[in-house]
Amino acid sequence: MSANDTIDPNRRDFLYIATGTAAAVGVAAAAWPFIDQMRPDASTLAASSVEVDVASVTEGMSLTVKWRGKPVFIRNRTPAEIKAAQEVPLAELKDPVARNANLKNDAEATDIDRSAGEGKENWLVMVGVCTHLGCVPLGQQGDFGGWFCPCHGSHYDTAGRIRKGPAPENLAVPAFQFISDTKIRIG
Amino acid sequence: MSGGHSTYTPTTGLGKWFDARMPLPRLVHDSFVSYPVPRNLNYAYTFGGILAIMLVAQILTGVVLAMHYAADTTLAFGSVEKIMRDVNSGWLLRYLHSNGASMFFIAVYIHIFRGLYYGSYKAPRELLWILGCIIYLLMMATGFMGYVLPWGQMSGWGATVITGFFTAIPLVGNWIQELLLGGYSVDNPTLNRFFALHYLLPFMIAGVVVLHVWALHVVGQTNPTGIEVKSKTDTVAFTPYATVKDAFAMILFLAFFAYFVFYIPNYLGHPDNYTQFDSLKTPAHIVPEWYFLPFYAILRAVTFNIGPIDSKLGGVLAMFGAIAVLFVVPWLDTSKVKSARYRPSYRIFYWLFAANAIFLGWLGSKPAEGWYIPAMQISTIVYFGFFLIVMPLLGLIETPRKTPNSITEAVLEKNRGGSGHPAGATASPETKG
Repeated sequence: MSANDTIDPNRRDFLYIATGTAAAVGVAAAAWPFIDQMRPDASTLAASSVEVDVASVTEGMSLTVKWRGKPVFIRNRTPAEIKAAQEVPLAELKDPVARNANLKNDAEATDIDRSAGEGKENWLVMVGVCTHLGCVPLGQQGDFGGWFCPCHGSHYDTAGRIRKGPAPENLAVPAFQFISDTKIRIG
Repeated sequence: MSGGHSTYTPTTGLGKWFDARMPLPRLVHDSFVSYPVPRNLNYAYTFGGILAIMLVAQILTGVVLAMHYAADTTLAFGSVEKIMRDVNSGWLLRYLHSNGASMFFIAVYIHIFRGLYYGSYKAPRELLWILGCIIYLLMMATGFMGYVLPWGQMSGWGATVITGFFTAIPLVGNWIQELLLGGYSVDNPTLNRFFALHYLLPFMIAGVVVLHVWALHVVGQTNPTGIEVKSKTDTVAFTPYATVKDAFAMILFLAFFAYFVFYIPNYLGHPDNYTQFDSLKTPAHIVPEWYFLPFYAILRAVTFNIGPIDSKLGGVLAMFGAIAVLFVVPWLDTSKVKSARYRPSYRIFYWLFAANAIFLGWLGSKPAEGWYIPAMQISTIVYFGFFLIVMPLLGLIETPRKTPNSITEAVLEKNRGGSGHPAGATASPETKG
């Protein structure tokens, strides 16, 4: 025994460390596919954009379409709704960021930056998923005449901005564009 | 308690043959026949056995239901209705399973509250308590995933809300939610994996139950006096004493269970879950199953930002914290006296806590509006206050009542005062070897 101890590191130490290392790497490599398989699969990722005809959505009407398994609200707002949203000072907002995927990340949550932009202020396109825990808010309800989430009581205003309740962020505006006057592509 | 040597003596040839090769009959005999239990256990101590039988019942009914169920979003809802209408005795099996889940939770809550009352978590039973907390967590995961399988409105939206908890985690939250859902929203991949896990988790529960019972048999049961077993006269044999008592309680519990199954099978459910899941329409009022309601109220109590923690993350942290705090109860309670029977102040706080927990559950079933919100906030503070303030401080300032010297002394004392039994064995001062 003492003969072995004199050789350092000896063959057994080497085998011990080499086997341990190979096992650790092997376990990590084998674990990854088991985690990876749980992520959204190719067919889920493929369904990433939809085109919507909004010609029939007149002033004061809303349309809900399904995108990536989630509802997207498209609303043709009334002038009164736009005016109400414009008059809110930014300092009063719980979330002052626009959350608009078409704009820069730090864009402010002004009414214009929440809407489809210059000349299309009446159009509001938002993912209809409450930023709290994912319920679908109900339209034209709540304390601010916008959206109200029945699950945990979040109130959004007429620009889809969180005003009251537990939700942390404004309703997300997805990447979208008008591909003609009456057609929107989402995604 | 199990430190004593085995008293098992095989009498038949087959018994001896087995005993020499794999002494399973000896293990069963030592654990459930000759095993000594405190002689003063009351009916609050029968819920462990009731829980064991509920786990077996849930696995049995669950396995046969799985033979008729289809884990596919286009088929799931219909297959459950098919179980109800077409499958022979399907209605009974499904009602047994769905109400069985509720009964399981009723029993586990009584079991937990019994532990809190008699200080069952105190040294040397900390690990026993923690294993119980792990079982409770696994039960919650199993119950939640099971509720998703019928693919009704509450199923889908419950899954949306609960997986939404994880989006509160900074940076990786959305990635984790997509990992759990297998997509951007609750859909077919979600249903498939929940079914697989709902089938798996009960067996994991069974595994932890084995550890729980093992730990119990190393340290021995507590009892209403909170005094450790000191001599042979403090105990009786598991069989027939505890066996009969447990069995009698089980029969009563099963009768209670049967009342729900046969007379009010949907009382604890939600009508909305008989509507197929629609991912574009949230029901007006979504609530989880009743056994999650206190935690649901705590989740919704946080409506304000706390420094860098927004209200959403705050709510989720409070909710998980309400469960996590159970794990450290053995170290929060500073009192040397185990049983609330000898802790006059603790007993008052205990019943306040119990009433508050029920109130929280009631609030959880209410919408998040009006006076319910401040009530949820106060009730949440009371919940945490019990664990984080009352438990540590009360142990230091409370003067407990004098505890008896032994279980036997306590029993004899009680009998002398009441029914006038002749004093039989007296407490022997010898300690257990």
